[in-house]
Amino acid sequence: MKPIDMTVAALAEALQNKEVSSQEVTRAYLDNIAREEANIGAYITVTEEAAMQQAKRIDEARANGKDLPKLAGVPAGIKDNICTKGTLTTCASKMLSNFVPPYQATVMEHLQDTVLLGKMNMDEFAMGSTTENSWYHVTHNPRNLACVPGGSSGGSAAAVAAGLAPFTLGSDTGGSIRQPAAFCGVVGMKPTYGSVSRYGLIAFASSLDQIGPLTKNVYDSALVLNEIVGYDRRDSTSVKRQYADFTKHIGREIKGKRIALPHEYFGEGLAPEVKEAVLAAAKKLEALGAQIVELSMPSLKAALPAYYVISSSEASSNLARFDGVKYGFRAQQYDSVEDLYRNTRSEGFGAEVKRRIMLGTFALSSGYYDAYYKKALQVRTIIVQEFQQMFEQCDAVLAPVAPTTAYRIGEKRENPLEMYLGDVYTVPVNIAGLPALSMPCGTDAAGLPIGMQLVGNAFGEAELYQIAYALEAALQEGGSGK
Amino acid sequence: MMQDYEMVIGLEVHVELKTETKIFCSCSTAFGAAPNTQCCPVCMGLPGTLPVLNKKVVEYAVRAGLATHCTIARYSKQDRKNYFYPDLPKAYQISQYDLPLCEHGYLEIQTPEGGKRIGITRIHIEEDAGKLVHKEGGGTLCDYNRCGVPLIEIVSEPDIRSAEEAKQYVRKLRAIMMYTGVSDCKMQEGSLRCDVNLSVRKKGETAFGTRTEMKNLNSFQFIGKAIEYEFARQVKALEAGEKIVQETRRFDQQSGKTFSMRKKENADDYRYFPDPDLIPVVTEQAWLEEMQQSIPPLPDDRKKKYIEQYGLAAADADLLTADLLTADYFEQAAQGCSSPKTLANLMLGELLKLIPAEAETIPIRAAHMAELCNLLAEDKINNGTAKKLVKQMWQADTPPSVLAEEQKLWQINDRSILRETVRRAIAQDEKSAADFRAGKTNAIKALIGRAMQETGGQANPKLLAELMEDALNEAE
Repeated sequence: MKPIDMTVAALAEALQNKEVSSQEVTRAYLDNIAREEANIGAYITVTEEAAMQQAKRIDEARANGKDLPKLAGVPAGIKDNICTKGTLTTCASKMLSNFVPPYQATVMEHLQDTVLLGKMNMDEFAMGSTTENSWYHVTHNPRNLACVPGGSSGGSAAAVAAGLAPFTLGSDTGGSIRQPAAFCGVVGMKPTYGSVSRYGLIAFASSLDQIGPLTKNVYDSALVLNEIVGYDRRDSTSVKRQYADFTKHIGREIKGKRIALPHEYFGEGLAPEVKEAVLAAAKKLEALGAQIVELSMPSLKAALPAYYVISSSEASSNLARFDGVKYGFRAQQYDSVEDLYRNTRSEGFGAEVKRRIMLGTFALSSGYYDAYYKKALQVRTIIVQEFQQMFEQCDAVLAPVAPTTAYRIGEKRENPLEMYLGDVYTVPVNIAGLPALSMPCGTDAAGLPIGMQLVGNAFGEAELYQIAYALEAALQEGGSGK
Repeated sequence: MMQDYEMVIGLEVHVELKTETKIFCSCSTAFGAAPNTQCCPVCMGLPGTLPVLNKKVVEYAVRAGLATHCTIARYSKQDRKNYFYPDLPKAYQISQYDLPLCEHGYLEIQTPEGGKRIGITRIHIEEDAGKLVHKEGGGTLCDYNRCGVPLIEIVSEPDIRSAEEAKQYVRKLRAIMMYTGVSDCKMQEGSLRCDVNLSVRKKGETAFGTRTEMKNLNSFQFIGKAIEYEFARQVKALEAGEKIVQETRRFDQQSGKTFSMRKKENADDYRYFPDPDLIPVVTEQAWLEEMQQSIPPLPDDRKKKYIEQYGLAAADADLLTADLLTADYFEQAAQGCSSPKTLANLMLGELLKLIPAEAETIPIRAAHMAELCNLLAEDKINNGTAKKLVKQMWQADTPPSVLAEEQKLWQINDRSILRETVRRAIAQDEKSAADFRAGKTNAIKALIGRAMQETGGQANPKLLAELMEDALNEAE
């Protein structure tokens, strides 16, 4: 098997057994990038030279008998909002088009023995669902180049789908890992809030952001997540606990697991083909011995507005630091410091980012705070409670990831509100801080992947992987149109 | 006209905490380093970095709160105060909005009418901003060393009614912060900064007038001057039928006047909201009790002790306890000294004059000071010599007995020698002697002065006076 077709698990094993070198694997991916990247546009930066040097270092260390971590020598692509020391980190924004972080994100320290292939394209500052909001270029969906890969981690998802990286990291604030994973037909995991350090992740909405892996399959996802979770004293919201080996339960049967199907995830606006595929997956789970529990979670309908208030409010503050004073883009024309701010921010941010900053600034303004931000926090509390109650009787939730399959490029660009509605199934999980895994469960008539998500209880990733793995195997056996 | 009005003052005092490291990162807080040498990605607010609260900051703030009789919040949180300024790298300051760490405290000051309580509304923790250095001829430089230095903001109730009370309040607050080891309160280095909110109203009125704010007053003198000027300005404006505008005013040190800086239309909108990068601050009962135990005796405690144990006058005890340095020094010296009262007089009369503002040490060893007091109390030297020796000891680290011996400064207690001196003085100034005998009793002073001078200032003054009086009366 060619390296670009291999899973992370297979690559790691082949590297460990010295059946292949990291340099060969890295070269294979770089060659594929050279061939395919012009069509896909998954990367903002390809770090070819540094990648080959790193691969060489790992090969030498291995040859010298050095004890290396599991994923040593495996190449990876990293979303461009995760700080990589010495490597351009742009957030796909003109604002940071020259920003080279002098420090490493914690996840990058965890992955220090992997090989960085480059930085993945995304919606500017992770705001968007199509990766069309990148200041650099549009990313094309490898399953259909006329379609978007989803977003905001569109580059990360497309790269895995197109064999431009064996795995990538994305970030998920309201679905930004799961939705592109669904659109591109790969597996994306948004871990429990607090389990992966946010240190070095350029914040969009601090209380919602979480880094997670995008991989070809469920097992790879667990492998990568194992490497990046853990308490980090540099992140106050990081949770101190023993993190289980997420592959531990993989392969065990799922008989008796109770899977919730909340009505609210299957209502108006859901494309029939998507609904059918997700319900078919439910049937598969039932066939595996799981019990499907239909129930209602009425507060979910308030999740989307609450999400847009909370995320935009936090973003308006988080993005205020981009003022052209110390780093990043600075406008050329200005007469005063106010002018410098105004011109830098007017020229440096794209339309969607400005829209959210304005929305958030408004929501936090005196006189509106109680009606918007405070209300949204109250909604958040209710949603958290509703999930908690639900998890008292169920082990996981099964739901669609997005109402439709991938849009055509340009289709939603002029209608932000319609674009926001596409996040309706993904945002509740971020609001509640829960883990959720997105995986393919079929294709539509046009051959585009359909995604489903399994939502778990807080820190229940191992159980999610167990269920997802069993389902993945069943779906492949059943030939679900893949 | 002025006497028909009263001023209503509330103070906001910012105190830099004495922690080794900054509030959200491990950079040093040391003052005076070369610009931008004490910063890191976190305090520079580089994208992707996150703050982690320094536990010491909470500890110090809680200590400050306990020492000012505040209630300590069991659950407190940190909020973002959003505004753009080049000295603020994140474009928001992490502060506390609606759930401060400490609330509802007070401290007591001395007024001519007796003790007065000034309420403390709240004490909250926050980070300092950087410093902008405006270059002559244009251009501004940013120094981010101060970014993230921990501060507490202590907000008083509008209980203060005069410039003197305001100064007393700040003095007391400063003393408490120093006693508790929370801050070194160096006003010159900006580690204690004071904002004055002032309004005026006709005496007897209960409603508050419109207030103005004067920011960053960094000496007691300026606090006093700014208040007096602003009070007069507001009264004059009201008498002229004008309205006071709510605004921030700048105090100009040169002219002693205040000038309008910016109008506060409804107050700025800082869009406060809870910082999602930080978790709530939860204080445990057991820990709070531990903190309470760690509070050392405070100025009022020591003052009481000085009055009761050492027999000092209240005003003297107040002066000695106003500064931790002098209070510590006094107690140390008092241990080896037979008359603490003499010690207090010597310190208040001589030593305090030599100590520069915000000094950290006193060069005279406490043991030497004690010895000096004992020499004085035992009539081995007189008061004038003691004063002289204080100045000498400030210069050279030498015991007073050695200095006295070297310069032959011992007090002359020998009656026969002094009688002879008295006799000579009278002989040299017969006019004064005659005046005295004619009933101008004050004339004796000139004679005693002359006699004292003749002994090189070493005569036992009491004995000298006694002998002089005897001599003058005898000769009659």
